[in-house]
Amino acid sequence: MNEHFIHLAYLVSAGCFILSLKWLSAVPTARRGVLTGVAGMALAVGGTLLDPTIEHFRYLGIAMVVGSMIGVPMALMPMTAVPQRTALSHAFGALAATLVGSAEYALRLRIIDHFTMTALTLEVILGGLTITASLMAAGKLQEVLPTRPMVFKNQNYINLSVLGLAVLIGAYLILNPGAWLLFPVMVLLCLIFGVLLIMPIGGADMPTVLALLNSYAGLSASMMGFVLNNKLLIIAGALDGSSGLILSIIMCRAMNRSFTNVLFGAFGQVQVAAGAVEQKNYRSASAEEAADLLRTADSVIIVPGYGMAVAQAQHKVRELFDLLVKQGTKVTFAIHPVAGRMPGHMNVLLAEADIPYDNLLEMEDANSEFPQADVALVIGANDVTNPAARHDKSSPIYGMPILDVDKARTVMVIKRSMNPGFAGIDNELYYMDRTLMLFGDAKGFVAELVKALPGD
Amino acid sequence: MTSEMISNLYVFVLATFLGIELIRRVSPLLHTPLMSLTNAISAIAVVGALVIAGRAETTLSTILGSIAVAAAMVNVVGGYLITYRMVSMFKKRGAKKS
Repeated sequence: MNEHFIHLAYLVSAGCFILSLKWLSAVPTARRGVLTGVAGMALAVGGTLLDPTIEHFRYLGIAMVVGSMIGVPMALMPMTAVPQRTALSHAFGALAATLVGSAEYALRLRIIDHFTMTALTLEVILGGLTITASLMAAGKLQEVLPTRPMVFKNQNYINLSVLGLAVLIGAYLILNPGAWLLFPVMVLLCLIFGVLLIMPIGGADMPTVLALLNSYAGLSASMMGFVLNNKLLIIAGALDGSSGLILSIIMCRAMNRSFTNVLFGAFGQVQVAAGAVEQKNYRSASAEEAADLLRTADSVIIVPGYGMAVAQAQHKVRELFDLLVKQGTKVTFAIHPVAGRMPGHMNVLLAEADIPYDNLLEMEDANSEFPQADVALVIGANDVTNPAARHDKSSPIYGMPILDVDKARTVMVIKRSMNPGFAGIDNELYYMDRTLMLFGDAKGFVAELVKALPGD
Repeated sequence: MTSEMISNLYVFVLATFLGIELIRRVSPLLHTPLMSLTNAISAIAVVGALVIAGRAETTLSTILGSIAVAAAMVNVVGGYLITYRMVSMFKKRGAKKS
């Protein structure tokens, strides 16, 4: 009787998760989506605790309290730290899967069948590499680790041999599950591979990598479902896995790159910077001059990028938005899918600053608006605005879909200096006749604009 | 392979297709909350960890299981909380500031 109840609880819980994702698709129903997810989780955990084979509640209580005590502060981090937090949470998810997999292996290594052992091996390989890879990604995002790609000779060969060896050991273990000494070796190799995988990844590729790690963590949980013969785990893990997959495909498409290129293509980007000649002319303007242009503009499109997040300029941008709206200007925000350090990063920051979400435009809608815009104001975005992506076949970003900022009547770019951005690619936008360079820190300069605007 | 394993594979494949259809419909506006929500959902791994830790068959499995329970709980609690915080921030034009 009890067992049937648990299965029913799991079934309803799986339904809750599916509805939860369905309702998250649009803002008006998103809150309901989250609450439904909570209900599903409560039902699943509650149902599990009714399982008569669970007897030792004291450890469980302590572990659950400890986990919650870490979880709450992680949920209260400022929005600018969300990419790091997301990376950390992937590490925790993968850690749980890897530990459960290892414990199951230790319990059942004499009686496990090949099919279950295959799932268990996949669980541990995916989980293991995701733990260290996510920690590395979090370190880079928090800038505890150097954010530049770290490259060394024969890097790809070394990385792939480490992974290859882990997979070989995994295959051997599937055939001979009793060879338990090899199990920790496999886990260790995966942990090392996770570190190696992220070393050559630069900041601009973080959105793709975070999405990919999301997918791995989900698949690992799904494999755990096979090992424990638990369909709820299989479903929830598969939902997470496909979500990460879709997001990384969207991110890759937005950069016109392939998975292999993101993961193994850090080479060659660095030397591009060396050849750039700083001879071309550009025009710069002061905050007052820029404010004059903004005052007479009928429509302004703001293009935010990672620079806005770093400078924490979103609240100042909100003040600017308010002033412009008050004087009757139409203000929208153009958001490139890979702007920032994770999918949707800019939207969350702007929402945090209380900017209505119906003023945020996706790339395609924004691009049909730029030709009618009086001013395009670029705040901390670079490569996603580079017109070279459209026509310069020799440019490393050729073919990447970009925001057509250059079609606006006047382009203003807030930038610290003329130094090329992260990828080291010179942006020809900066040398156009209609472009005004506004030199300064994103937050500081927007504050000056705000001060200069109500002038008369 | 037993029939149980086959039906598990069916569930996995169908859930993946369902996931792809569901996620494709999510507005790019909400991609960040989407990541934290799916992360919280896959923290359902806590269920597996609870069983392992709660049965306390060997010392090793109890220790590994308990750590896994704690790690998964971080995402259960943290994941839903931050997702709720994030989706509550999105406001329509003209909506009252809170």
